[in-house]
Amino acid sequence: MLPAAVPSRQHTVQPMVTGTSVLGIVYDKGVLLAADTLLSYGSMAKAQNIPRLHVVENTVIGASGEYSDFQRILEILKAKALEETTTSVMDSLYTEESGMTAENTWNYLRMLLYSRRSKFNPFWNELLVAGKDLKGKPFLGSVDKIGTTVRDNFIATGFGAYLAMPLLREKWRPDLTEGEARALLEDCMKILFFRDCRASPRIQLAKCAYDEVLVSEPYELDTAAAWQAEAYRQSVGELEDDGGW
Amino acid sequence: MASSGAGYDLSASTFSPDGRIFQVEYASKAVENAGTVIGIKASNGIVLGVSKPLLHKMVVPSTCSYKRIHSVDEHAGIASTGFLPDARQLVGRAIDEAANWEDQYGVKVPPEVLADRLGYFMHYYTLSGGLRPFGASCVIGAYDQDTKQYKLHMVEPNGSAASYYGVATGKGKQAAKTELEKLNLHKEPCTVDEAVKHIAKILTMLHQENKDNEGKPLEMELSWICEASKYKHVGVPKARIAEVTAWVQEQLEEEDDDEEEAMEE
Repeated sequence: MLPAAVPSRQHTVQPMVTGTSVLGIVYDKGVLLAADTLLSYGSMAKAQNIPRLHVVENTVIGASGEYSDFQRILEILKAKALEETTTSVMDSLYTEESGMTAENTWNYLRMLLYSRRSKFNPFWNELLVAGKDLKGKPFLGSVDKIGTTVRDNFIATGFGAYLAMPLLREKWRPDLTEGEARALLEDCMKILFFRDCRASPRIQLAKCAYDEVLVSEPYELDTAAAWQAEAYRQSVGELEDDGGW
Repeated sequence: MASSGAGYDLSASTFSPDGRIFQVEYASKAVENAGTVIGIKASNGIVLGVSKPLLHKMVVPSTCSYKRIHSVDEHAGIASTGFLPDARQLVGRAIDEAANWEDQYGVKVPPEVLADRLGYFMHYYTLSGGLRPFGASCVIGAYDQDTKQYKLHMVEPNGSAASYYGVATGKGKQAAKTELEKLNLHKEPCTVDEAVKHIAKILTMLHQENKDNEGKPLEMELSWICEASKYKHVGVPKARIAEVTAWVQEQLEEEDDDEEEAMEE
């Protein structure tokens, strides 16, 4: 008697190769996103130079969670972009402008993720979508694996929601300049590196401002100075008379 | 060569005693009565051109209505003629084939594969008694990113697909083919800019030769794939079309003058 075949798993129950937080912030002239370039396999640091911020048409999408699901989502969005800009548009032989803005990409992703969750087979991601809204203003929105959407001036996924959001809430102003926004994001990314076990100091930034959408090359955060903090060099017991209690 | 079907022409699944399938031939007639389509494979690009007979003056004559050249993917386009709704179905199928190939294999569909797939599809409809063949021909222009080559194919109602240096179909195909052969494209390809001029000139000539078109402006759709279009299938820029139209007018007037002089002598 041959052993009965075990039915294969038909629904996602846990993520395998994951990315950690993605941060986004709206500043005076546009939107900035930041994410590190680490993919983790459980507690193993599997790949250390992988971009988690991608451009589709004039929108930047950042993902945390299962990376293979993110890759599939990008394929789906690229195919949609082809339809919208090349094959369906009545005037497409001459059209240069794409009909896809960040806002309608965000809405499309909502439909995609919600319908998958409704079949108990979610795309195991939390996505940040950055670009322009339908009125041309800076847009930042998130979609999570159960299809919840949030649009706000600053959003963080994953661990960032616990560690970075308080900082972003404290420091955000509507007239932040690009330099200030960038410094704020880098500060948050450093905090995340220190406190999130699945984070790395090698990060990438993306900017959507005016009509340009740019993703930077990965670069290392300067964390050397932090290891020199007093608390790491001297035991707390020696710091004050009462032993630091 | 008009022969009566005499009962062998009722279904696409019936051969005639002399080995013809009349339904497929009748489908080709639909193509022969429709607007002319010309495609040229140049050394550095592909140009497709369609002559759109203005149906009647109430139709808005911009490219939006009854668009004849469609992009199937970024790197490929189809110019079609014949029974226009059939042509639109074929373009839709080509779009699906291209999207499917990219989804499965991660690369853009190679031109020959696209032409083959469309050929299989059209041929399928010539096999059954319950279906009728498509009454449209498609001229496919595409760029293969791997081999860095341009390819021009035409697929006909009987499902046959072939690759061409220059091709014409539709009402003016005989005259257009003669002109194309004079260009010697199979020995010496022209450049993309020359191809645009040739097609515009041939389409204009054919339009003017038809006395019924007296006073009616020619509606032309031209598209290309070349380095200038970043290897994407897009419409030939309107400024360029205007230049070329003016050039064609000059050329034809010169040729008329030459003819008159020759006649006087």
